[in-house]
Amino acid sequence: MSRRDYLFRKLLLSLVTIFMVLVINFVLFRILPGDPVRAVIGRNVKISAEVQQALREQFGLDKPIFPDQFFNALRQWAQGNLGVSWSLRRPVAEVLMSKLGNTLLLIGLGQVLSIFFGVLLGLFAGWKRKTPFDVGALTFSLIAWATPTFWLGIILLAAGSTWLGLPTGGIVSPENVGKPLYAVLPDLARHLVLPTLTLTILYLGEYMLIMRSSILEVLSEDYILTAKAKGMTNWQVLWRHGLKNAMLPIVTIVALNLGFTVSGAIYIETVFSYDGLGKLFQTALIKQDYPLLQGAFLLLAVSVIVANMLADILYTSLDPRVKAN
Amino acid sequence: MAETPLLRVRHLSTDFLLPADKKIARALEDVSFDVYPGQTVGLVGESGCGKTTTLMSVLRLLPANARISGQVFFHEVNLLSLSERQMREYRWKDIAIVFQGAMNALNPVMRVGEQICEAITLRGIMSSDRAQARVGELLEMVGIPKERGSQYPFQYSGGMRQRAMIAMALACSPRLLFADEPTTALDVMVQAQILELLEEIQRRLGLAIVLVTHDLGVVAEMCDAVVVMYGGKVAEYGSVDEIFNAPRHPYTQKLLESFPDLARPTGSLASIPGAPPRLTELPPGCRFAPRCHLRIGKCDSESPPLFEVEPGHFAACHLLESTQDASPPSP
Amino acid sequence: MRESWLLLQRNLSDFWKTFRRNQMGLIGAFLVGTALLLAIFAPLLTSISPMETVRTADGRALTFAPPSVHGPLGTDDAGHDIWSQVAFGARISLVVGFLAGFIAMFVGSLLGILAGYFGGWVDTLIMRVTDVLLVIPDLPLMLVLVAAIRQLNLKISPLVILILVIGLLYWTSTARLVRSQVLSIKERQFVARARAIGAGHGHIIRKHILPQIMPLIVANTVLILSTAILIESGLAFLGLGDPTQPSWGTMLNFAFDRNAISNGAWWFYLPPGLAIVWVSLGCVLLGNVLEEMLNPRLTGHHLEGEARVLSASLKSAEESSEEVSHG
Repeated sequence: MSRRDYLFRKLLLSLVTIFMVLVINFVLFRILPGDPVRAVIGRNVKISAEVQQALREQFGLDKPIFPDQFFNALRQWAQGNLGVSWSLRRPVAEVLMSKLGNTLLLIGLGQVLSIFFGVLLGLFAGWKRKTPFDVGALTFSLIAWATPTFWLGIILLAAGSTWLGLPTGGIVSPENVGKPLYAVLPDLARHLVLPTLTLTILYLGEYMLIMRSSILEVLSEDYILTAKAKGMTNWQVLWRHGLKNAMLPIVTIVALNLGFTVSGAIYIETVFSYDGLGKLFQTALIKQDYPLLQGAFLLLAVSVIVANMLADILYTSLDPRVKAN
Repeated sequence: MAETPLLRVRHLSTDFLLPADKKIARALEDVSFDVYPGQTVGLVGESGCGKTTTLMSVLRLLPANARISGQVFFHEVNLLSLSERQMREYRWKDIAIVFQGAMNALNPVMRVGEQICEAITLRGIMSSDRAQARVGELLEMVGIPKERGSQYPFQYSGGMRQRAMIAMALACSPRLLFADEPTTALDVMVQAQILELLEEIQRRLGLAIVLVTHDLGVVAEMCDAVVVMYGGKVAEYGSVDEIFNAPRHPYTQKLLESFPDLARPTGSLASIPGAPPRLTELPPGCRFAPRCHLRIGKCDSESPPLFEVEPGHFAACHLLESTQDASPPSP
Repeated sequence: MRESWLLLQRNLSDFWKTFRRNQMGLIGAFLVGTALLLAIFAPLLTSISPMETVRTADGRALTFAPPSVHGPLGTDDAGHDIWSQVAFGARISLVVGFLAGFIAMFVGSLLGILAGYFGGWVDTLIMRVTDVLLVIPDLPLMLVLVAAIRQLNLKISPLVILILVIGLLYWTSTARLVRSQVLSIKERQFVARARAIGAGHGHIIRKHILPQIMPLIVANTVLILSTAILIESGLAFLGLGDPTQPSWGTMLNFAFDRNAISNGAWWFYLPPGLAIVWVSLGCVLLGNVLEEMLNPRLTGHHLEGEARVLSASLKSAEESSEEVSHG
């Protein structure tokens, strides 16, 4: 199968998945609840019967569920109309967009750091298999894996705020709320330390493990022996032949991890009251603000799917073998 | 030839420590043979008899749990006495190796031309432009159009990959080439081509070759001398004529019998009953004794040394003790 | 047919021998075992019930008391003993985790067998579903599912909802594993023979395939358990557990919401988390060892170091002038 076919298949899969997400969203929030109007505007808002009827008509809730309501919903979503958050009294799409950047910042920073350190440590751990370093690295990864994200956040929060005077929450100090982020960088940086550290520690373990097993597998391949027979030092062999091959799985894993990274962000933003999509999601959950919940779910799910697709494209351009499979 | 040998292997022994089972695998014991310039020496035996380990021991490419002893003289320098840094100088430049051209002996995500070029530029032998030209020459020498150097190994056929490995091995003009089963895993037609190629290269460049194989037909065709190995020891060593026409070791005799000869088809294929010994549980006497059809009492308790049955023809069998003064080659 | 079960038995006894040699597995077993014992014997190991309020001499609730004042783990913001909460919380966490894990194992094995054994469109369908499920981010999906189900106001415990949701989303790794095993077993001789003599599908699956994949399923399930426990704690932390039956995750939810951090009450938020790590780690170690024993890893790699040359052999050319030569 050529590269084109491979990518085409992946694209198809992504589209199907997005469609499934839309269906899930629709089913869960339009069909399941007893009163669909409630689903659209939330439970706790008091509205009169006339308004209810008007809303019913506006949202086409008096029409049959399928195909009318479904496609109507799809159309709405495609136009960027994700409803209105009753708890925040703003359009959902607008709220989401305003918080997206914060989450991207946090996740991006955390991933970059954890990939960097994870790869480095994994490389040494695999190369120096069974030395104390390796054993230590493995132990660390194992424990990091078994540690709940939010709990590590709590511990770091407690330790950091008590002993290092770092802020206990928020994305910026109260006096800086509302200002553009680039204007208050030092404050932002102080607030980012703990959440980013938590994310980094957790994902570092995994990347280290992946890199380690990847480098072990690569280093037992025949071409490594060939390279050594050519008269290269161990370091040269590692650098020229080992590294590129060993890093390929990392790309896949980073992509696969995107979903989990988003999950991690939900926990961490909650613990650190960090004003991003994750915290928004959790708030919507608690307050039963369904429009917001739906919208956030849509955004998160679709982003992850798209990001996965992009990662696949990246992978095929890195590994020439996939072209001919 | 009265020249001095290019490579002299003396009493090479290699053990592998297996900490997990607390055992030692005696992969090689007391292996000795010579290689003269321009000569082809065949290293034959069943799988696991130590052929590849011998090559790896000379090049010192064995893993950390190996223990090597003995001497390996290349141009009068004992390779085994060198530091790792010094040894690296010899690799590829003086002794190169061609592995079985399976998919993974070449780096799958690096272009073939680049891999060959690397062997050249690593030594600083020439500038990178000249190196590029040399890569083209090498590819042509093995019959690969030089444009294909920019392709990846998976785009080559099995035979081409083997040729590419040979081209790469010749990059630094070595004096000695180790070829580890270069034709196994290739189909018959391609095998013949590869062997022809090796012969031609040897003629042109005056290379000495140590050819590891389990295929006696290849040996008959290409080799000047043969080392027959069994269970990590040398069973017999002699010129190709002596080995094929006057084998003195029972194992060699059986080996030749079991090899199908199209010129004289027999009713059934002979085979040697039993299996080669486990290197962690070697018999106290001759390693071949359990399967030998000619064994005598002594064979089970004493391991036979190499007896010189005729000048330059050695075999390790107690039955040959009477043929000479039982004085093995002196250290 | 008996061969398959005999194979299993022999594997089990080899297994036990290797297992005992492997330290990590023993540690894992210890961790999981102690947690189980804690859960089972909670009433015997605690002096008061988790719901009881500890009171000071003058009758007020003893809130946020550190372990030095009220042992062994102090009290929370309502004056409840934390140690007994941890002990009884073990029951909830473990039960929810285990049940969710078993559902995942069951669904995964079933789908894996169906996909591997029948192939064709069944296989394709199941694999596509797996692919789709894997791409959608797990936590957001679980959260919206739980939220939606709760909306239905069915009279079921929140814990049951958690068990179902976790179980129904985490079967994918088991399914894939089982499927690839079934595929390789299917190719083997005895299946063809069984089919030739007219054995039915169910029979073949039960007698031939199941015995061989059981060990792997077990190993995989143990690993899934560790994930299930972690996920349960996360969902409980976010408030989706049952406050009347607090698991360790729920305890952390309480700790966080009720300002244990700002009150410096480390004894409130540290122990439940440690307990989660304890069990989760135990399951991972156990599962890894089991998997390793059933799927042994390669040996070393090529850059691991140089072979040693024994010094007795360092003679020079002149000293060794024999000729074993050939002209």
